Amino acid sequence: MRAFALLLERLLFAPARGAKLALLEAWFRDQPDPERGLGLAAITGELVFPAAKAGMVRALAAERTDPTLFALSYDFVGDLAETVALMWPEPPPGRTPNAPPPTLAAVIAALAGTPKAALPALLAGWLDTLDASARLALLKLVTGGLRVGVSARLAKTALAGWSGVPLDAIEEAWHGERPPYAALFAWLEGRGPRPDAAGAPLVRPLMLANALEEGDLATLDPARYRAEWKWDGIRVQLVAGPGGRAIYSRGAEEIGAAFPEMIAALAGIDAVLDGELLVMREGRVAPFADLQQRLNRKTVSARMLRDFPVGVRLYDMLFEGGQDLRALPFDARRARLEDWFARASPPRMDLSPLIPFARWEELAALRAAARNAAIEGLMLKRADAPYLSGRPKGPWFKWKRDPLKIDAVLMYAERGHGKRSGLYSDFTFGLWRDKPGTGTGGSVGEQELVPVGKAYFGFTDAELAWLDRWINANTTERFGPVRAVAPLLVLEIAFDGVQRSARHRSGVALRFPRIARLRTDKPAAEADRLETLERLVPVASPD
Amino acid sequence: MTHARMTPHPETWLRVTPAGLYCVPGDFHIDPARAVARAVITHAHSDHARPGHGAVLASAETLMLMRARLGAEGAGRSQRALAWHEPLQVGDVRLALVPSGHVFGAAQIVLDHAGSRVVVSGDYKPRADPTCLPFEPVPCDLFVTEATFALPVFRHPPAAGEIARLLASLRLFPDRTHLVGCYALGKCQRLIGLLRQAGYDAPIYLHGALLPLTAIYEQAGVFMGAIRPATAADKATLKGALVLAPPSAIEDRWARRLTDPVLALASGWMRVRQQAKRRGVELPLVISDHADWDELLATPGTLGCGEVWVTHGREEALIHALGLRGIRGRALSLIGRAEEDGGEAAETMAAGAATAPSKDPPP
Repeated sequence: MRAFALLLERLLFAPARGAKLALLEAWFRDQPDPERGLGLAAITGELVFPAAKAGMVRALAAERTDPTLFALSYDFVGDLAETVALMWPEPPPGRTPNAPPPTLAAVIAALAGTPKAALPALLAGWLDTLDASARLALLKLVTGGLRVGVSARLAKTALAGWSGVPLDAIEEAWHGERPPYAALFAWLEGRGPRPDAAGAPLVRPLMLANALEEGDLATLDPARYRAEWKWDGIRVQLVAGPGGRAIYSRGAEEIGAAFPEMIAALAGIDAVLDGELLVMREGRVAPFADLQQRLNRKTVSARMLRDFPVGVRLYDMLFEGGQDLRALPFDARRARLEDWFARASPPRMDLSPLIPFARWEELAALRAAARNAAIEGLMLKRADAPYLSGRPKGPWFKWKRDPLKIDAVLMYAERGHGKRSGLYSDFTFGLWRDKPGTGTGGSVGEQELVPVGKAYFGFTDAELAWLDRWINANTTERFGPVRAVAPLLVLEIAFDGVQRSARHRSGVALRFPRIARLRTDKPAAEADRLETLERLVPVASPD
Repeated sequence: MTHARMTPHPETWLRVTPAGLYCVPGDFHIDPARAVARAVITHAHSDHARPGHGAVLASAETLMLMRARLGAEGAGRSQRALAWHEPLQVGDVRLALVPSGHVFGAAQIVLDHAGSRVVVSGDYKPRADPTCLPFEPVPCDLFVTEATFALPVFRHPPAAGEIARLLASLRLFPDRTHLVGCYALGKCQRLIGLLRQAGYDAPIYLHGALLPLTAIYEQAGVFMGAIRPATAADKATLKGALVLAPPSAIEDRWARRLTDPVLALASGWMRVRQQAKRRGVELPLVISDHADWDELLATPGTLGCGEVWVTHGREEALIHALGLRGIRGRALSLIGRAEEDGGEAAETMAAGAATAPSKDPPP
């Protein structure tokens, strides 16, 4: 457990991908079986302990700590497991616990074999023998939220780097394997045969786009590029064949269990498809907020399936039958995709249309006019480019819409969690409107602020520290963790879209709001009015 | 009981004023937040030692540091150094300075008046520190404490273990410069002292902002070993070397001149992971010059005081926990007190004015 805790700590603080890879490679090299395979599984989220929940950790903390002190500490730290790990009473110096700290394998075996009612005592016993860093590793492990920035793909890349075996071969062999991956490690070390996963639905490396930068267009020939809308969903790879069906996210995580209707729709298909997963109702794309209801779930209720049905808008085809199409140019793959789609007419799927254009100016005008909330901007794809893995510069560009902007007034602040814990970093901002019931008959009404959204990012660390102090100095009221502040600070808010919302008091909801600038130069009374925002709501969404 | 009635409660003669804590019978302020006629200063950190007072009373070491930071005039028009433990009658109060263990020269102020004893701790640390005298507990009726790390999540591990982690990282990455962010007064010199204690005898390179104060420690006889200015050294020399700089410098352009540096930060806040993560720190070192939670809670009990006043930090948690132990707590809510590194945050803001607002908005 100690070595695993150290790995997690170093992964968390490792500033770059290269450093994370080096740490993982050292882990595979230095740790014995089954520790290394179990560590790998834990980091990539393969281990789930359904009986151990955050509530259990909270209850344990309540037994051992004072509730007021716990609440104050949690408010500061912003993370339940870390709060408990740091606060957990330590044995007095010199009084070593009578049991040695458990190994990762011992912890995992005991967790799997212990009935739910006995788990708290088991956990508490371990916590008493571990130091703060290992306590945190243990709590994160059992509640399943390691969050050290390692995707399945990064872990596999580290396996490839350590063993010298190509990544594609590891992807394939990985599939039939379960933690602690003893056969996989034996093969990678040349001690055993390659695990057989013939026909399994494997993930293929995705092709990614670069952001279009100013001046890029001048160097590109419009005749050589194709354009599509950039849909505001999540990128997925659909893999289906006789060996099985799977849905992979951009990070190569298998997310099929969360989208059973999509897995069902893949029945009888033998292809690898690239597209955007969206909540779709009768062919119309719902806002991203709807899709969020479906994300990060291990299982899904019947009600979720009914209220937030998903589909995939296809834009590329990597395999048809057993045939690898990736070396073909985009135009040829697109033709194959359209042919296949016409023949198969697969349920819950449609094609992302190509947008005809002759000159970049035409496309720029379309992009500027697009107000459909489901559109993030445009994708440009070179007609002759093969499907390449990674993010090659040149063949694919994303050309996002310019953000919309309003000047709003800071109303409430809340301490952040996770990365921003301990600082005020969740900011609720509002716009002016006439106070209902005042200002009738043409006279100027009394003004009030109505909250229109919350922003969590967009500021530099220095700005965050400044805001933190400003909030401390301008707090007018406290509601638990939330502070109301004097309506004095104007924030320039950038956002990607606005739509009607019955759930918000203002009647509108912003898409992806972030703080563009702190307008300390602008008096709060001159901030924007709610009507300004209402005028930006698209009247109808052309699909 | 008779005694209790005859002894006026310290709150009748020790008051909170807009300038800070004021001792009525002695007519002086303690660590005032703005310039006053007569000030007693616990230690030379900028949130305790402000410029422009008339008469200043402090330890000789603190006055030396104040003159270096504020100039001979800024440190007080008349200055009086008081020797450790030497009693001094000021008006109707008897006053003495006792080491607080926080930084070089840092004192607790012991006040005796009308049958009660009050100890104002300033900031304190009941742990060994090679660069200052150890904290001395003084039994009293009322203890005025800090509360910088007054949450149960803050337990400072032994500093020697943190230094060992730093030295292990230097061995692991012999080609990378290790840049350690640390407060210019106290933390920097303590780190040097701890490194020397651990047997590290290579030259240690300092950011320009840390040099003058370190020179004062050396003049006063605190062993610092070989110290070199980091700016004068070339990149190749600094490979595998140890560089100390103010916390703000590790986050900005200054750090980029170094070869693939390991960014470390020595602070009590590093105990909380996301605090370290947010600042881009690769090697967090939990080394603090303040009392940790266990010490903040245990100290009043060892002093036998029935009441504790809390000057700055996380008062709520400390007062709650002291209450559970039968000790009455009161928050003084003094203004103008920075948390550890708080002064540095202000400096960062000034340096980053291009990207961040540089002045506070109107109140």
